Amino acid sequence: MSTVTIDKAAPTRKVKYGSMSRDRAWALKWSYFFLTIFAMFSLLPPLYMLITSLKSSAEISAATNPWWVFNPTLANYVEILTSNQFLRFFWNSAMVSIFVVTLTMLISVPAAFALARMRFWGSATLATGVFLTYLIPETLLFLPLFKMFAAFGEFTGIQLINKWYVLLLVYPTLTVPFCTWIMIGYFASIPKELDEAAVIDGASWFQTLTRIFIPVAFPGIIAATIFAFTVSWAQFLYPLVFTTSVDQLVLPVGIITTLIKGDVFAWGQIMTGALLGAAPPLIIYAFLMDYYIAGLTAGATKG
Amino acid sequence: MADVAVQSNAVTGLARARKRSGLRTALKRKSTAAFLMTLPLIILVGLLVIYPAFYSLHLASLNKSMQRFVGLGNFEFLFKRDTFWLVVKQSCIFAITAVCFKALIGFIVAHFVHNIPAKGQRKWRGMLLVPWVIPPAMSTLAWLWLFDPSYSAFNYTLSFFGIGPIPWTGDAGWARFSVILVNIWVGAPFFMIMYLAALKSVPDQLYEAAAIDGANWWQRIWYVTLPMMRNIIAITTLFSLIVTFANFDIVRILTAGGPLDHTHIFATWAFRVGIEGSDVPLGASVSLFMVPILAIAAVFILRDINKRGNEA
Repeated sequence: MSTVTIDKAAPTRKVKYGSMSRDRAWALKWSYFFLTIFAMFSLLPPLYMLITSLKSSAEISAATNPWWVFNPTLANYVEILTSNQFLRFFWNSAMVSIFVVTLTMLISVPAAFALARMRFWGSATLATGVFLTYLIPETLLFLPLFKMFAAFGEFTGIQLINKWYVLLLVYPTLTVPFCTWIMIGYFASIPKELDEAAVIDGASWFQTLTRIFIPVAFPGIIAATIFAFTVSWAQFLYPLVFTTSVDQLVLPVGIITTLIKGDVFAWGQIMTGALLGAAPPLIIYAFLMDYYIAGLTAGATKG
Repeated sequence: MADVAVQSNAVTGLARARKRSGLRTALKRKSTAAFLMTLPLIILVGLLVIYPAFYSLHLASLNKSMQRFVGLGNFEFLFKRDTFWLVVKQSCIFAITAVCFKALIGFIVAHFVHNIPAKGQRKWRGMLLVPWVIPPAMSTLAWLWLFDPSYSAFNYTLSFFGIGPIPWTGDAGWARFSVILVNIWVGAPFFMIMYLAALKSVPDQLYEAAAIDGANWWQRIWYVTLPMMRNIIAITTLFSLIVTFANFDIVRILTAGGPLDHTHIFATWAFRVGIEGSDVPLGASVSLFMVPILAIAAVFILRDINKRGNEA
């Protein structure tokens, strides 16, 4: 409407304005069209998980339309949620993730504070080094770590291989460097006046950290926590290598090794398990999307 | 700390003298405290990242039973095997194709999201990021089921268009395609989010100036958007190249390297040789071939970090 009135006031601009808004409308339509296609592509596998998880095994193997549920049933969910084995995997995963998140925050928050605020010999090099270790992939380290833990077991008699708590040792190597890095970014963005004021008031370094930095950088702490949780929940290679007994497995490995029996695939149960395994990160993401995205982009845009 | 010292200096000379010695001990205490705070980090990284990285160099020089030093024997053995060269070729194809498509799709989708009104963007962004949030091991299972040889939902749909059943994971060419497709599905949202953040940081005035100069959409992208986003495109691509090169989950679950080793990449082959074949030294040698690409990326990223540090 407004363009019409402007057109009348300034007839020379008529063509320009009209074509721009028409271009804009077309661009908008095409944007929505392609976004719909891409969103369908993105959501297809999780939706298909949901569809399959609601089917009975008879319906799965019948030659009907696979994209539709004709006789919805919760049998798969009942079976999975009452199986002690699956609950054990879920429990292992939850325990490992919670311990790892706690450990990660306990290590990386003080370290980030020291690296961001308390300059000491080699602190800049250390900060860069931390970021570089984040780039070393787990696929490079799993074999030497496997040998190291085996040797440690022989040497001290403390068995690490095939125990869920070995994951508490290795997961922090994936989470701590990145969490430290993004916390350095958040801490560095806090104005110096704040901690100077705290020091003048006689606060110790520890008090500056707990009373000033942690509350002010709380969004960063949430982002780092979410990152640490997502990584430890999703990790697949380390548990596959380091744990083999059924009662020590975490969720992703558990589903893949126990539900796939030889050539027989219990697809209804596999999809149900996979969906339940994907649920915790998805739920966190649904509620804390902005923190999630902040953590994701912080690594590259901050620092 | 310096400011505190300056302020107290202004008070009295006596206080100044006392403060200086106090400052020295405080500085000493500060660096000690800082060191203690970073100590867990240093121990963790040193013991469980740096040490194993060098230990794998040592491992790679041992024989299968790990009792004899064979020098470069493992590498000589690898170079003579056709499978190894197949794995090298596949790793490069896999990583480069996947990263290119991820970057391209991420760039395009970021533009579409950026185009629509701001209040709708959150919803679309939320939907488009779902593949990145689901643990890859879980979503790959869904893809495995979508690609199932006898019940594939894709083949069911395609049969209506007269396209015969496609052996998604059964044929070498199609299996490579499937593995790359799933990788793109998982990784493209990351690029989308990064590019979207970068797009939002490009000032509108630049586009207005370009529009006044009569630039069409292509010129706007080529001369305004791309130069402004160069840094973030470079770092995202490098980062993704590392992660994709070292990928394990997707290939392992989707094809386990099959058919006939035609989808193995370094990580999955190292697992097959080292853990399943229990030849740890040979597996370590295989995974060491990921180091060169890592080193190159590390150099570029270091340069970028230093540059950014100088600007700030």
